[in-house]
Amino acid sequence: MLKDNPRSQKQMGTHEPSFNTQFHSYLDVHAQTLFSSLGRLTRAPAAFMMTLLVLAISMALSSSFYLLVKNFQQLTGNVNASNQISVFLKLETTPSNVAKMRERIMLDTQVQSVQLITPEQAAAEFKANSVFGEALDALQKNPLPAVLVVLPKSSLEDEQGLNALITHFEQMPEVDSAKSDIQWISRLRAIIAVANRVVLLLSLLFGMAVLLIIGNTIRLELQDRHQEVLITQLVGATHAFIRRPFLYTGFWLGFLASISAWFIVTVFMLFLRQPVQALSQQYSGSFELAFLNYTETFTLIGFASFLGVLGAWLVLGSQLHALESE
Amino acid sequence: MLKFEHVSKRYAGGGDALLDVSFHLHPGEMVFLTGHSGAGKSTVLKLAAVIEKSSHGRIFLDNQSFNDLKTSQVPYIRRKMGLIFQDYKLLQDRTVFDNIALPMVIAGHSYQDIAKRVRAALDKVGLSGKEQKYPQALSGGEQQRVGIARAVVNKPSLILADEPTGNLDPVLSAEILHLFTQFTQVGVAVLIATHDIALINRMEQRVITLDHGRLIRE
Ligand SMILES: Nc1ncnc2c1ncn2[C@@H]1O[C@H](COP(=O)(O)OP(=O)(O)O)[C@@H](O)[C@H]1O
Ligand SMILES: [Mg+2]
Repeated sequence: MLKDNPRSQKQMGTHEPSFNTQFHSYLDVHAQTLFSSLGRLTRAPAAFMMTLLVLAISMALSSSFYLLVKNFQQLTGNVNASNQISVFLKLETTPSNVAKMRERIMLDTQVQSVQLITPEQAAAEFKANSVFGEALDALQKNPLPAVLVVLPKSSLEDEQGLNALITHFEQMPEVDSAKSDIQWISRLRAIIAVANRVVLLLSLLFGMAVLLIIGNTIRLELQDRHQEVLITQLVGATHAFIRRPFLYTGFWLGFLASISAWFIVTVFMLFLRQPVQALSQQYSGSFELAFLNYTETFTLIGFASFLGVLGAWLVLGSQLHALESE
Repeated sequence: MLKFEHVSKRYAGGGDALLDVSFHLHPGEMVFLTGHSGAGKSTVLKLAAVIEKSSHGRIFLDNQSFNDLKTSQVPYIRRKMGLIFQDYKLLQDRTVFDNIALPMVIAGHSYQDIAKRVRAALDKVGLSGKEQKYPQALSGGEQQRVGIARAVVNKPSLILADEPTGNLDPVLSAEILHLFTQFTQVGVAVLIATHDIALINRMEQRVITLDHGRLIRE
């Protein structure tokens, strides 16, 4: 799309170079504009650095939020959740009724096994594991109910099946309540889904900001070089020729800003790594903080460079048209 | 080669700048376009360079009509001509070499070709050795000669010059006109807009006179 049309040039030009030379010099011109546009950018270093930083910060913000969610997701993936359901029986249930309940649940086709924890066992365990153990002795009656620990056949992935089973247990008259990890797991999943949406929206917003910032930079650059553009047109430049250096400028801005953003994010994560590891050890976990991987890094750089070119392209379309009709 | 047929031009929000102007410029011919200030000289050149479009009439360059020209074709038409301006229109942040090379870079010539032709053009206008200077470091006459070198570097068949000697003293003006006559000897057509009557009288060339947009004398 950038290429001058060699055919129309052949029809009309009197002294046009051969196609081969044209092709080679076409590549030359590309390589040359690529670097001369970089050179032009660095000629006003203060303005250039500021634009670059604003772009890099926008990109770093959305990237680090993305990483935050990704790490959170990974962390919750590591948690040992089980599909066990704890069925708490009412306090007044007699031991024989407890045994009957156990039999009944065991016969359920969706249940794999049932384990009974009597109030006495529960009290003993509580005493062994809790600093409040002694408080239990002060009470005249054991306040702990009998618990049936049910291992269902459906896994954690089968959210619906588990929830149905829980509701089924809770409707039994002897049952006080039934609890499972699935309840907070699904809450967590919902939170992550929301967070992922937020990441998407933020990326869209920051992407838009990047597009606008680059577009505006190109617009100013075009105004700055207004005279140059007009002169170049007078000596036979096509729109493609005039656009080219500006598209490269857009590319460089997006490309360099995304690389800077990558550095910012990486420094962030390095800064966080130590305390996160310490925290993870407190929970006897071995959580490793995730950085941007190769795919993510290349996506960031590729997308930012594309936005740079796109931002320049959009501005050039309208601005060159305006120049023309002056 | 350049032909105006009953051409009129009215600018948006202005009166008639040109009214029913017809003339024909042949290869190797040098023609002066003259008239009072505001007569329409620059308008003729702008129409010839497709900077403006005619309101009525037809303009041809090598039998190609400008009336049905697409925007994308304009650059290729411009590459067949060399434009020279009173205010030179040089790129101030580029060297003399780069300024002269511009039309050839745009047309996609190889670097070797460009270097060779730029040197030849510089030599022709007598600016050898100044190729690495910037325009600000040159005198008005020298800048005008850079403009001329840029106009001829691509070997155009038509040169359009708008008041090329407007800022120059008589000696420099004569030198520049002498350059133009050299180009006509290799078949280039030259159209020069000027109100410098003394200069025209010295040259004994074809003269077209405009008055309030009308062609009054050939
Ligand atoms: N861009 C323009 N818009 C409106 N009127 C214009 C424009 N350019 C020139 N004119 C008018 O057209 C007439 C011819 O101008 P011009 O061709 O520049 O004359 P010259 O070059 O002979 O001095 C003048 O009356 C001038 O005011
Ligand atoms: Mg004029």
